[in-house]
Amino acid sequence: MKAKTAFGKNIKPVGEIWVWVTGVGLAMGLFMILFLLGVIVWNGLNYFWPKRIAQIELTETGRTDFRGDHELFGVITMRRALTVENLSPDDADLVDLARQDPDYMREMMVYTGNRDVFATQNFAFLNMGDIERITHPEELMVLERTEWGDAIARPLELRLGTGEVVPADDPRFDETLRRKVDEVRERRSEIHRIERREMGRINTRFNRESLEIRYLRSLDERTPAQEAELERRLATVESLREELQPLELRSQILRQQQSEHSIVFELVGGIERVQPLGEIINFYLPNQMGLFQRVGWFFFKIWEFLTDYPREANTEGGIFPALFGTFVMTILMSLAVTPFGVLAAVYLREYAKQGPLVSAVRISINNLAGVPSIVFGVFGLGFFIHEVGAVIDQVFYPRMVAINTPVFGTGGILWASLTLALMTVPVVIVATEEALAAVSRGVREGSLACGASKWQTIQRLVLPASSPGILTGLILAMARGAGEVAPLLLVGVMALAPSLPIDGMFPFVHLDRKFMHLGFHIYIVALQSPDTEATKPLVFASTLVLIMLVVVLNLGAIMIRNHLRKKLMSSAF
Amino acid sequence: MAHTFQQKAFKPGGDAGAEPETESPQPDFIRVKDFNFFYDNTVQVLFDLNLDIPKQKVTAFIGPSGCGKSTLLRNINRMNDLIDGIRHEGDITIDGHSIYDPHLEVISLRKRIGMVFQKSNPFPKSIYENIVYSLRVAGRSKRSELDEVVERSLRGAALWDEVKDRLKESAFGLSGGQMQRLCIARAIANRPEILLMDEPCSALDPIATGKIEDLIHELKKEYTIVIVTHNMQQAARVSDRTAFFYLGKLIEYNGTEDVFMKPQNPQTEAYVSGRFG
Repeated sequence: MKAKTAFGKNIKPVGEIWVWVTGVGLAMGLFMILFLLGVIVWNGLNYFWPKRIAQIELTETGRTDFRGDHELFGVITMRRALTVENLSPDDADLVDLARQDPDYMREMMVYTGNRDVFATQNFAFLNMGDIERITHPEELMVLERTEWGDAIARPLELRLGTGEVVPADDPRFDETLRRKVDEVRERRSEIHRIERREMGRINTRFNRESLEIRYLRSLDERTPAQEAELERRLATVESLREELQPLELRSQILRQQQSEHSIVFELVGGIERVQPLGEIINFYLPNQMGLFQRVGWFFFKIWEFLTDYPREANTEGGIFPALFGTFVMTILMSLAVTPFGVLAAVYLREYAKQGPLVSAVRISINNLAGVPSIVFGVFGLGFFIHEVGAVIDQVFYPRMVAINTPVFGTGGILWASLTLALMTVPVVIVATEEALAAVSRGVREGSLACGASKWQTIQRLVLPASSPGILTGLILAMARGAGEVAPLLLVGVMALAPSLPIDGMFPFVHLDRKFMHLGFHIYIVALQSPDTEATKPLVFASTLVLIMLVVVLNLGAIMIRNHLRKKLMSSAF
Repeated sequence: MAHTFQQKAFKPGGDAGAEPETESPQPDFIRVKDFNFFYDNTVQVLFDLNLDIPKQKVTAFIGPSGCGKSTLLRNINRMNDLIDGIRHEGDITIDGHSIYDPHLEVISLRKRIGMVFQKSNPFPKSIYENIVYSLRVAGRSKRSELDEVVERSLRGAALWDEVKDRLKESAFGLSGGQMQRLCIARAIANRPEILLMDEPCSALDPIATGKIEDLIHELKKEYTIVIVTHNMQQAARVSDRTAFFYLGKLIEYNGTEDVFMKPQNPQTEAYVSGRFG
């Protein structure tokens, strides 16, 4: 029935309902993004929060036990309901039990740690109906170790190198342990410094010389000059070896000192363990921590995560090399992609005669942005590594080619950056073209009327005026490039790279080196670690860092862009 | 022989020693000869134009929209070269040199001709940098010279007193009328001989317009000015000679007073008396 108005017609606007549909579309999109971010931020930050350790006692008659025992320590990580459909036939009676106590249809997951003792079992699933009691004894301790992950235990005593024994109920215990662990940590970083920096420097030279020697030895006949060179290099190697010796000795002594004190602690079922303090990285007593201590510990762990090297096949420790590798790679990519993209866009927009050919080129560029990234990885492998890299090696490193150790003819951070630059160049071209097109005709004509050439107009007016738009393109390119993993697999990313792409050794920036990348790190940790359940929080934490890195890089570019905007357009007309 | 315009033969105001100043107008300073102009190679917009523009006078082009007056103006400094598919027949000469001489670089032509556009188009730079732009692109960057040019040009455009304390600020902070005067200052910074003005006041209020008209009176002492305008009162106020165009043809070209008071052609009379256009 049509509503009649004074004008005899329904004046209700047509299609207003679509406002709601569009609004719902936006709301859905926003919800999904916020949900995604929320999940990552919550889970990522949760990894750093010190959680209380529960001492869980199980009923004697219950169906679940822990390694034949009825007691365990651990962090409760999850509680969930069981569903009737998923019960195994053995557990069918749970449904009846649940009539009296609904807890029988729920279970909890407990992180028990102590991987060395409990084999690889890091987690226990307990039926909540079997739980007698949960307490949080204050003396329970988490010990972070260089190997085997955390120990969750009740400390018994500290055995000092002097033969003195400090029992856990001694008031000096905590303070002594803290002091000794700090000592050990300092010594560990000293060992690290000696082995990584000082010995590393010598080792780098040593390896270089060894490769040259390998080449010279591989020759069937040596000229007198080569013979002399071989002698000289052998002598150098010998002297390097001599330089190494005192350092090796010193690190050995330090390593011995690391195990002079040890801690004794008790696991469930009365298992006693003696652990040298050298294997303890840190310890904390979460059940004694107040809120401020927890917050402090939380930030300390975040800092540690960002600045530490990974341990135990990336499943423990920090992510510094991956973070640094991603950062350097993204910066190198930006340095490569900006000039190419901008120059290409300037030609397309300003110089090329607009016609079917230019339109075809433009469409092709736009489509290039949609090519699966692995295709670029294959291209990078085939072109940069096998072609360009091989040529560079033949010209600059013929000896390395002769002994089959390619320098640029294998994956490295340079090729990875260039591959990603190639992948993201369409984004920069499209954004730059739009920015160039937005520069008004009036300004261009004014410039030409002043006697400027076309290039002068572009260089002095058009490019500066479009720089904010160009930076927008770069921001998009960085966001895409920083998170990309697939192409990197083929062009030089590594799960555990021995050295950083930039360091204190000449020539400081090592473009030929393989590198670590956050995206790849996440992939490795999530899929390639022995216990993926245990590394799940690490995956979220690393993802959070990756997102934050992209955000930081983008904020940097946005700040530059806003500065330029302000400079160019200090007020509107 | 890639020659440019000879500064000597071309100097505005005349060099007292070289060329004695004559009182009579030099009628053939800019000469348009049998000029036809086409867009898209086939669409003719100017038909057999012949007119001579005298030196150091203000010549106004008037006529209804689409009559080709702006097109002709933009041909004098070859601004139309930017458009694809244009074609011309006939010739335009300045001081006897063809502007279409294949040996002439269009840049050197434009360095001798300043242009002011309908919509003021300051560059996204400081006031100072706007003025010295034409010098910078010519490779001149001596600080003292630039400073002097800025002051002279801004004084020439009657803007100096208003902006002398904020030369380093963005040109976008100026008002509409100030911006247009800034564009005039920019156009005269490199001491051109000719100043082309394409409806310079159409976007301005009456007060700003009055200032620019006063400025035009001042500028004609030094420059040969060609102005396109829609405003007939303005043409009558500022110009010495007026050309009336209609549908791409030159209908009447004479002293301004004659065109307005004693038009020869009935179409001109109809237009200047406001009966069409």
